[in-house]
Amino acid sequence: MINVLYFRQAFSRAVPTLFSLLALLLTANGLAIAQTTFPTNGVRDERSGLHAFENASIVVSPEQTLEGATLLIRDGKIVGVGKGLAIPADAVRHDCSGQYLYPSFLDLFSQYGVANKQPYERASRQEALDSERPGAWAWNEALLPEFDAATAFEGDDKAAEAMRAAGFGAVLTHRRDGIARGTGAVVLLRGKGQEHGSLVRERAAAFYSFRKGSSTQEYPGSLMGAIALLRQTYLDGKWYARQTLPRKEVNLSLEAWNNTQTLPAFFEAGDHYSALRAAIMGKEFGVAYTFLGDGTEYRSLNDLKAVGSAFVLPLNFPAPYKVSDPLDANMVSYPELLHWEWAPANAALLSQAGIPIALTTNGLENPGMFREALKKAMDHGLSEKAALAALTTEPARLAGVSAELGTLEAGKRANFLRCSGPLWDKETHVLENWVGGERYGMEWAEASDYRGKYALELNGKRYALEIGGNLHGPDFTVKRDSALLPSEGKQDRDRLTLSFEDQEAHYRLSGWWMEGTLSGLGQDQRGNWFNWTATRTAAFEPKPDTAAKKDEKRLMDPAALPRPFQAYGGTSAPAQESVLFRNATVWTNGKDGVLEGADVLIKNGKISKVGRSINAGDARVVDATGKHLTAGIIDEHSHIAISRGVNEGTQASTAEVRIGDVIDPSDVDIYRQLSGGVVASQLLHGSANPIGGQSALIKLRWGASAEQMKIEGADGFIKFALGENVKQSNWGDNSTVRFPQTRMGVEQVFVDHFTRAREYGRRKAAGDPTLRPDLDLEALLEILEKKRFITCHSYVQSEINMLMKVAEQFGFRINTFTHILEGYKVADKMKAHGVGASTFSDWWAYKYEVIDAIPHNAALLHKMGVVTAINSDDAEMGRRLNQEAAKAVKYGGVSEEEALKMVTLNPAILLHLDDQMGSIETGKEASIVLWTDHPLSVYARAEQTWIDGRLYFSLDKDTEARKTLAAERNRIMLRMMDKAAEGGPTREPEAEHEHNYHCDDLEDEGR
Amino acid sequence: MNKLTTTLLIALLLLIGLTGSPVQGQQSPSPKGSFLLLGAVAHLGNGQVIENSAIGVRDGRFTLVADATVIRINPAEYDTVITGTGQHVYPGFIAAVSGLGLIEIGAVRATNDASEVGDYNPHIRSSIAFNTDSKVLPTLRNNGILIAQVIPSGGTISGFSSVVHLNGWNWEDALMAEDDALHLHWQQLLSREGWWVENARLESNEKYHTNTDKLYAFFEEARAYAQNPSPAPVNLRFEAMKGIFDGSKKVFIRCYEAKEIAEAVRFGEAFGLDYVLVDAGQAWQVTDLLKQYDVPVILEQTHRLPPYGHSDVDQPFKTPALLKAAGVRFGLSVGSGWDAFWQTRNLSYHAGQAVPFGLDPEVAVASITGNLAEILGLEARCGTLTSGLEATFLLSEGDVLDMRTSRITHAWIQGQAVDLDDHQRVLYRRYMSKYGLE
Repeated sequence: MINVLYFRQAFSRAVPTLFSLLALLLTANGLAIAQTTFPTNGVRDERSGLHAFENASIVVSPEQTLEGATLLIRDGKIVGVGKGLAIPADAVRHDCSGQYLYPSFLDLFSQYGVANKQPYERASRQEALDSERPGAWAWNEALLPEFDAATAFEGDDKAAEAMRAAGFGAVLTHRRDGIARGTGAVVLLRGKGQEHGSLVRERAAAFYSFRKGSSTQEYPGSLMGAIALLRQTYLDGKWYARQTLPRKEVNLSLEAWNNTQTLPAFFEAGDHYSALRAAIMGKEFGVAYTFLGDGTEYRSLNDLKAVGSAFVLPLNFPAPYKVSDPLDANMVSYPELLHWEWAPANAALLSQAGIPIALTTNGLENPGMFREALKKAMDHGLSEKAALAALTTEPARLAGVSAELGTLEAGKRANFLRCSGPLWDKETHVLENWVGGERYGMEWAEASDYRGKYALELNGKRYALEIGGNLHGPDFTVKRDSALLPSEGKQDRDRLTLSFEDQEAHYRLSGWWMEGTLSGLGQDQRGNWFNWTATRTAAFEPKPDTAAKKDEKRLMDPAALPRPFQAYGGTSAPAQESVLFRNATVWTNGKDGVLEGADVLIKNGKISKVGRSINAGDARVVDATGKHLTAGIIDEHSHIAISRGVNEGTQASTAEVRIGDVIDPSDVDIYRQLSGGVVASQLLHGSANPIGGQSALIKLRWGASAEQMKIEGADGFIKFALGENVKQSNWGDNSTVRFPQTRMGVEQVFVDHFTRAREYGRRKAAGDPTLRPDLDLEALLEILEKKRFITCHSYVQSEINMLMKVAEQFGFRINTFTHILEGYKVADKMKAHGVGASTFSDWWAYKYEVIDAIPHNAALLHKMGVVTAINSDDAEMGRRLNQEAAKAVKYGGVSEEEALKMVTLNPAILLHLDDQMGSIETGKEASIVLWTDHPLSVYARAEQTWIDGRLYFSLDKDTEARKTLAAERNRIMLRMMDKAAEGGPTREPEAEHEHNYHCDDLEDEGR
Repeated sequence: MNKLTTTLLIALLLLIGLTGSPVQGQQSPSPKGSFLLLGAVAHLGNGQVIENSAIGVRDGRFTLVADATVIRINPAEYDTVITGTGQHVYPGFIAAVSGLGLIEIGAVRATNDASEVGDYNPHIRSSIAFNTDSKVLPTLRNNGILIAQVIPSGGTISGFSSVVHLNGWNWEDALMAEDDALHLHWQQLLSREGWWVENARLESNEKYHTNTDKLYAFFEEARAYAQNPSPAPVNLRFEAMKGIFDGSKKVFIRCYEAKEIAEAVRFGEAFGLDYVLVDAGQAWQVTDLLKQYDVPVILEQTHRLPPYGHSDVDQPFKTPALLKAAGVRFGLSVGSGWDAFWQTRNLSYHAGQAVPFGLDPEVAVASITGNLAEILGLEARCGTLTSGLEATFLLSEGDVLDMRTSRITHAWIQGQAVDLDDHQRVLYRRYMSKYGLE
């Protein structure tokens, strides 16, 4: 293992010499590879750069090591490697006996030598709908595929030196700005003025992200918007390539986009879930990304393995929290605590899972921390071979520069590390880092070893001098008659300085090692000068390292990962069970109504039998005496479990965005809602624009991945909205330019978009080759073709009526009006149109357009024959929707049976899921809830929540989960206290504030 | 329509006859006359129940609250007798720390009078802005909320609240306790960094000590000022605060985390204040402290999410029971947050929510009636069904803690029958009629 401390000391000692060496190299050797096209001022100084490194252990690649071999380099390239090579007479020969040569490292995640982009300044504070960029570029400021990092590249001495010190010889650099970031370049770490000799490969790879960076434009304002923008751009690129002359639109960005599609693609997606999102998106367009990871990848190990992506991993492991104050510590989130334990195992876990990895210094405060972090990763199970590959051959392969970098083979760049021993050994020093055939000294490579015991006689007294410890930084001790004297010694290569005291005597010696002898000049406390010579009496004997701590190996078992990585996450998915609920009050929601003292048998995820005295067979029997069994609650309007923004909302229509792209399966609200009997939810886009985004229908399969949560085969839905939100009435004075600002304008948005969608559909059906695929219009076309269904946020009767008329004009029907607080005023028209309602029980007074909202709305709509549901739009209310349903009994006198249907069967009908869910009838899904009390009562608790015959929540399981959680938190905190006691870095506790979205949440989360 | 309801309706009509116009139930000058409510289950608001009660009201006050099975009653002494068999009678619910009557429509700035400019506003008085004609009030009255403490909510020191009943012609008329308490927001120890992003971090509030020291200094100056019988110059802020140092006015301190609670207690004790903690979501962690200093707490909203991902999923539901078990005096409120003024009609369900998580149902009732009256210092006027107190109470067909059964049929404020109609019911009837529905 690398002795980290040792490296640090060695480096700091090496600094003065390194600088002098650097100066030498830059002035003399640097000229050897000067730009050939440039005129010379003075006499030319061209050199062959021919060096032979003899008697070395050469680690050609992670797979191959040659012992006692020679590496031959010329003109910045390796020209030979092997045993018994003929060494040209004019080669500079380096004796590498006992030393190791390794390919130097390549970092793929860097902005080395590339300046940040300056954002545009906008004169107005109004919404920025259009790009501020002049020229024939992409419509969106975050699309910068034309940016070529090579053209902006300027070497940076300080940054290069820091990277070299960490063992790196080259980086793939790019500008971390934008969603399409342009191309990066592979460059050698040689500093300023060396650009001509540093660029290994310009336009080596294309870079992407889900963050718009310095773009001043509104769109995209969410993660799902960033995904949609990329998807549309892939389509635009293909369309652009198909354009015939004369072109209607010249778009230099799309041209650049197309030109970079064959390059390796790198993606800074964010966390493990976003990497998965990007990988799925890439598949759609035949692109396999290499991900610039964030260190959380281990949390989706299996899913990431399945998509086959490679990862560039940071080694930025969190410090333990200071947990000495229990109240402060109690605020630290469970994932943060867990991450401290798991993060160092990230590289090992991915590597062991067979996922290709490279390692980066990105995320570290400075590259100087890299080796310590690497050691930690290796202590957590990353093998030496995998580590070396992740720093050499893998990055070279991923960047497409294996022909030039990554191994020590003839023909490749002379990029290698000269080490005093095997790279991973504690005692090993990196002596030199050769970059493109140039030497950058780190240590005194061919050091004289004058360690040992010496006899020294001064003023008639005999002293025993011992020089021990490390070759590159020895320790000095002086004794007289075996008594240790206070002394101080320092080595500077072949010179040394030594001072010591012996009673009243005080000697200061300056000496040199020359041909096996140590001698020099000295001065005593009286100022008398004298010559001295020390005679070696014994050779150096290395001491066994007793002080060294035992390596702390800490292997993490992926089977122990909580799923999701969150409080209340479990380590295994609940099994599908056969269960007989005995003697319950069963709310069938079917023709049998409410059955007292009935039995329900579930098997294979379905309701197998409903009746009395059912034979349990091999099913587990649950005594449900005094309890109620109902279909699981379905929340027709929910915004839980959504990552980075519930609203795209930056344009009047964003039908192209999909909530399904941004499901967050680790949101603890999923678990909380299970505790309230919720089994399924429609995750809706917000209501910031007339045409919002596509919904996701999920079952609350806590512990499953985002994709696994989606309801198989569910119809597609989309969010529309009306009223104050879409016309930005309550957004302040900086939101008055976007169309529409009135209800009159809202109608025209719909008419315009459906008109265009209809025309689009016709051209598409006719196979028009010039048609530009448009994800916005595609979604709208699906509505016209009755393949996608509208859930529309609505309050006021005028616009409700309007939207029904628009739909009728275009030959389709609105599926659901959600909120629909004035629905009661147009219930007859709604009934005639055939639309359903999903409303709040009793919300009102929060804005002007709900001034006529009444709590009897649900009852009235129901009485008029409109299929009516009650929804939450709120993470808190979502977990007690049964109580909200009870209010339909209170206000308006709906029967209890019908009221319960408003949160079970009716939302199932509105979501087209009623053939599977929403009632307890034979053949339907066993997605049901056992209640402790009458299900409409405030006193009822969901005792068991089942989805597809799997028990996802129960009061018993919850009790256990709380104990486990408390014990785990405590265990980790104790470990953190141990670590803090060892004196390492710690950090102050910090809490995470959960963001619970409502449909009018507008924060820009695209940045 | 069943017989009982008919009887009640007649009784109501009689009462209305006695008291004049029923328009939105606003109250005429002091009620005269008497009535007797017989046979209802009486939830006294102090934790006790009388299964078969006799409740007498005369000239606006309870003259009799007793077990009908053990005392002799002479119905002839009363102008009217109401039969309440099978029904439930409760003291009127109190909306403590509420923005009621100060906000009409959340998003419409012109209707928002809850929050004044400035950080230290002890001179601000909510009473004069209380809108007795708010369309929101009737929707609360018919859910049993008959009294409110109306609080200003801006800045660090928001100003003085007043307690009103919800049946006034104007604010003067509605006042029960004018300028009863000063409201202040304790500094948060953690401030939110980047609140706009998903899972924003809460970081240590660097200004905590600066701001808290400033608050201490302000109170010290105010206390010194109060010693001078004729101060010059006159400072309206300090004038307003005089009452909190002689114990005639209370101080309500809003805080949340355990440390903030401890700091608020230290502050209250340091100035010898008659103080109450508001919100105090994590009070269950520091019940020993609260018990030791006998500090009452007004918890806000059981219908809220737990504070942390690793919190027990039912933490807000069970906090009231934990405080009760520890012997901490507490009440419940829907609070003064953005949606609280209209959500307060669900106050009794917030109380009911605590019951399946361990709170005795009668204590749940007390937490929105008697306990609050005591915390507000009005226990001699309202909050319980007690002879001699103002007859502010209600009658329900079923358990009011449960939305499933809560059907309030009658309410009286200071003996005056309250019109339980509201704008929403009017609309309901109008559209029922439009559609020809029953």
